[in-house]
Amino acid sequence: MYHRYVVVALSRRKPNEGKELTKEEKQRLRKQKKHQKKQKERKNEKGPSETEKDKTPVSLLPPPQPVATQKAPSALPAPASAPIPVPASAPFHSSPAPSPADKPAKSKAELKAERRARQETDRAAKQPGSSSSGIKTKVPLSELNPVVKRLPEHVQVDDPAVVKRLAKKLERQQIPLRSDYGYKVSLFSHLHQYSRKAPLTQLLSIPSTVIHPSIVRLGLQYSQGIVAGSNARSVALLHAFKQVIRDYTTPPNEELSRDLVNKLKPYISFLNQCRPLSASMGNAIKYIKKEISNIPSQCKEEEAKTKLLTCIDRSSLVNNILCEAFEKSRKFRVIVVDSRPRLEGREALRRLVQRGISCTYVLISALSYILPEVSKVFLGAHALLANGYVMSRVGTSQIALVARTYNVPVLVCCETYKFCERVQTDSFVSNELDDPDDLMVTRKGKTQLENWQDVSSLGLLNLVYDVTPPDFVDLVITDLGMIPCTSVPVVLRVKNLDQ
Amino acid sequence: MEECLVEYFRTQMRTDPDMASAVAAIRTLLEFLRRDKGETILGLRESLKWATDCLTEVDSSVAVSSGGELFLRFISLTSLEHQDLSRCKKVMEERGELFLEKISLSRTKVAKLCHTFIKDGAKILTHSSSRVVLRVLEKAAAEKKRFTVYVTESQPDTAGKQMADALRRLNVPVTVVLDAAVGYVLEKVDLVIVGAEGVVESGGIINKIGTYQMAVCSKAHNKPFYVVAESFKFVRLYPLNQQDVPDRFKYKADTLRTVSDLSDEHPMIDYTPPSLITLLFTDLGVLTPSAVSDELIKLYL
Repeated sequence: MYHRYVVVALSRRKPNEGKELTKEEKQRLRKQKKHQKKQKERKNEKGPSETEKDKTPVSLLPPPQPVATQKAPSALPAPASAPIPVPASAPFHSSPAPSPADKPAKSKAELKAERRARQETDRAAKQPGSSSSGIKTKVPLSELNPVVKRLPEHVQVDDPAVVKRLAKKLERQQIPLRSDYGYKVSLFSHLHQYSRKAPLTQLLSIPSTVIHPSIVRLGLQYSQGIVAGSNARSVALLHAFKQVIRDYTTPPNEELSRDLVNKLKPYISFLNQCRPLSASMGNAIKYIKKEISNIPSQCKEEEAKTKLLTCIDRSSLVNNILCEAFEKSRKFRVIVVDSRPRLEGREALRRLVQRGISCTYVLISALSYILPEVSKVFLGAHALLANGYVMSRVGTSQIALVARTYNVPVLVCCETYKFCERVQTDSFVSNELDDPDDLMVTRKGKTQLENWQDVSSLGLLNLVYDVTPPDFVDLVITDLGMIPCTSVPVVLRVKNLDQ
Repeated sequence: MEECLVEYFRTQMRTDPDMASAVAAIRTLLEFLRRDKGETILGLRESLKWATDCLTEVDSSVAVSSGGELFLRFISLTSLEHQDLSRCKKVMEERGELFLEKISLSRTKVAKLCHTFIKDGAKILTHSSSRVVLRVLEKAAAEKKRFTVYVTESQPDTAGKQMADALRRLNVPVTVVLDAAVGYVLEKVDLVIVGAEGVVESGGIINKIGTYQMAVCSKAHNKPFYVVAESFKFVRLYPLNQQDVPDRFKYKADTLRTVSDLSDEHPMIDYTPPSLITLLFTDLGVLTPSAVSDELIKLYL
C-alpha cells in the first residue's frame, strides 16, 4: 500500500470512471447466456439438486455463492473466493484472499465444478444437526497452519482494474455507480470523494425493484449526513434490516438462510456507495449474516423471521457518561471542543446544557489554551483497531497528542462491538473523503472558495477520520470494563471464543 | 474474634520475617476458614471478606488486599455442587492449601527468571527494602556473578539500611545513597530493579515512595527499569495519576485510624505508570506492562 504515494504524485485529474446505467435487456441477455452455459455444464457433470441452480430472471444472485462472507467488493464472481457457509468471524477461512491481480488460471467450467463440489461438502458438513458453531469447531484453536483472515479490500479508486471490477459487480446487482466529484488531493486519490448534491438515489429508477425502499431511504439519510455518528448509523441500519426481514418472502425452491443473505448483498453495496460502511456497521452486518445462515433449513418462514427480529432487537456515548455522572451529583465542568466543517460539538453542547451541566465551548484551534485547566479528556471512538489504534473523528489524535504533552489523562469510551480486526498505522491508507464543498464558507455575502474548481492548482480536502496511536491513550472504557489500549486483541480473542 | 485473627496474623509475621505480608494474610485466612463454624456458603464468603477487611486494617498494604481477594476467588472458583457443607469446606481448604503452596514457590520462580538479566560486572540500583529483590540478588550471587548494588536510604523509615545489611551478609559490595542522589548515581548504573507492593491493571506499579522518581530518571538516562513481583500482587485498580490511588493504600494503617486530617501526612507509596517500566518479572513469566492486563483478565475472570 505504501508505494502508492510515489506513484500517484504525478497524475492530477483522472478521467471519470463512471459507467452508464445497465439496461434491463443487457442484464437479461447476460443472464440467459449464463443460464445456457450452466445447462451445458449440468449435462456434463451430474450436479446436485436443481434447486440451487434454478435461476429466475429476477434473481440477483451471481452463480453458486450460497452464503457470502465479506462485504468486500470482490467483483470477480467466484473464481478466487470459496463459498463459506458461515459468514461470521473469518478465522477459519482457508482459501486465499482475492488479490486484485488474480487471474483465473483454470477454465470457468472447471472452477464451477470445483465450487459445486466444495459446496456439497460444506452442505453435507452443515446438515447433520451441526449449526455454524459446529463448523467452527472444524478449525480448532490448536490448528497449526495459520488460517488466512479475510479483511475487507482496501479502497483503490485510482487503480482502473479495481474500479472496473467494482463497476461490473454493481452492474450485476443493478446498483448505479456513484461518480467521484472534484479534484482530489494526490495523497488521497485512492479514496472516493462524492458530492452531497448528487445523491445516489437520483440515479435509481422508481420504483426500484432491486432495493427495498427503507434501504433507499437509509442510503439517502447517510449520504446527506442526516444520520451521522457510528452508533446512530448502526442503529438505523439494524432498524432498516428489520423492516427488510419483515417484508421478505422466500421465493419458491429457495432456502431462507441462503436467499436472504444474497438479497442483502446488493443492499450493502448500495449503502456502501452512499457512504462507506463504518467498522461498527460492518460488525453489525457480519452478526446479522451469521444469524441468518444459522437458521436451520427446516425452520418455517414465519418462525425464522420472528427469530431474526428478536435477535436484532439490544459519542452519544460520552454524552451519556457525562449526564449520568451529573445525576450522581459529581461536581464538574465540561469543555466541549468542536471543529469545522461538521460542528458536531454544538449538538453535544446543547444536550449537556439542557441537563444543567456548566459547559465551555471552544474550537479545536484553542486547544493549547484550555488544556492547562483540564483534568481529564474524554473521547469517543468510531472503531478500535486490532493493534490498539483508535479510529475516530478527524481531530481526535490532535487532542490526544496535545493532552499527552500536558500530561492530562486521555480516556476513550468505546463499546466492544466497535472493535475490529483491521490494522492501520496511519490515516492515509483507509479513510473517507467528505464533500469538498463543505469547506466553503460564506461570510458577509462573499464565498472566497466559490470557484475552487477553476483554479487548477487548488485542492480541497475534507477528511472524516483519523487514527490515534495507543501511546497517547491512557484508558479505554468498554462495556466489559476498563482496559488499556493495547489489550484490544485480548478482548477480540475472548469475544471470538464466546461466539 | 477479631483480636484472635489479628494476633494470629502478627504471629505469622513474627515467626517468619522473610514471608510476604500477603502470604501471612492468606495463611491467616486459611486458618480462619478451618475454624469457621458458619452454616452456609454465603455466610462463609461474607465472613472471609470481613476477615480480609480486618487484616487490611492492620496492614494497609495493597498486597494484603489483593492477596485476600485472589485467595477468595481461587477457593470459590470450583463450582461447589456438593450438598454437604463440610464437604464443601474441605474442598475449599484443600484448594486454599494448594494456593498457599503455589505462592510460596513464587519468589523462587521470579528469582530464576530474573537473575539471567544480571550480567557479570553489573551495577544495580534498587529502592528501599524488598524481599523479592533480595531473593533475586541471592540467586545471582549463587550463580557466581559479580555485581555491585546501590540502595536508596528510602526515608522516612530508612528501610534501605536493612537491605544493605542483608546484602553485606551475602558478600555483595553495596553502597547506601540518599534518595536525592538517584539522578547522580544513575549514570554509573546498568540497570534498576525494584519490587512492587501492587501491580495495577494498566501495567503500572504501586511501590514505596520514591519509585516514581527513580523510574522517571532511568527513562531519562535510558536505563532499563525492571520490576519483580509475585502474581498475587495483581490488583484491580486503574489509577491514571498519583491522586487516583485510594487513600487507604497510601498511608499506614495506624495513621488512617488515628489521624483525621490526612493533608498533613505524607503518603508512603506512589504510582509508577507503565510507560516507564521495561519489564515485569512475575511467577507467570516475564511480562511487558501491556501483557499485565491480559494476565489479569485470566486471573480474575
